[in-house]
Amino acid sequence: MSVANRPTSRPLSPHLQVYRPQLTSMLSILHRATGIALSVGALYLAIWVICAAAGPRAYAAFQDFNVSILGRIVLGGWLFSAFYHLFNGIRHLFWDAGYGFDLKDAYRSGWIVVVATLIVTVLSWIVGLRLV
Amino acid sequence: MDDRRTPLARARGLGSAKDGVGHWWTQRLTAIALIPLVVWFAVSLVMLSGADYASVRAWIGSPTVMVLLILTIGIGLHHGQLGLQVVFEDYTDGAWRVFWIVLVKFLAVLFGLAAIVAILRIGFGG
Repeated sequence: MSVANRPTSRPLSPHLQVYRPQLTSMLSILHRATGIALSVGALYLAIWVICAAAGPRAYAAFQDFNVSILGRIVLGGWLFSAFYHLFNGIRHLFWDAGYGFDLKDAYRSGWIVVVATLIVTVLSWIVGLRLV
Repeated sequence: MDDRRTPLARARGLGSAKDGVGHWWTQRLTAIALIPLVVWFAVSLVMLSGADYASVRAWIGSPTVMVLLILTIGIGLHHGQLGLQVVFEDYTDGAWRVFWIVLVKFLAVLFGLAAIVAILRIGFGG
């Protein structure tokens, strides 16, 4: 076995076992995770209008899933992902324009995104469930 | 600072990856377009909670909603496939990378077109 192929037993960056997560990195990971979720959610949205066009039977089947526990979790998760990705996406656009790079600003905008997402998500869940 | 690019490379502006800023820029443009569309759609979705088949179809089929809904699904899928492309570029390699990225792009076009046909069919009665 050559030196290059020898398995490494030394600790590797970023030392995940001793790594203290920060708000900024967690929100970055969550942005990608909600983006992936929303890509699947976009297919779900497409299936919704396709079922509505296909007729009452197809739409009833789709609605049966929506009102199930799993369906409620999917719809609730869709709204959470949409609001988080929306608010954090606006944060990213400010960075793209060159604003908010100071560590203090990055943390402040991060907390604003967290609070705004929670408030709007809970509010939409309450309003939505009241209308059902 | 010295610009070591040839005059032709500078004029093309495509950089070392040979495809320039098109992907990055389109992702931002679609993101900006999606801000009002997602707000509109999220509010509509919440207000449609508990709506029956007929009222959902009446909503989808109204002209304003048809336009906004097609924009939301079309731009949303485009933005999504651009993002997923980066995810697969980060975590996969070689032939699998090509496979996943092509699959995602095909699915985005397929579902987008199917959704647009469905919306038009509801709106124009068929």
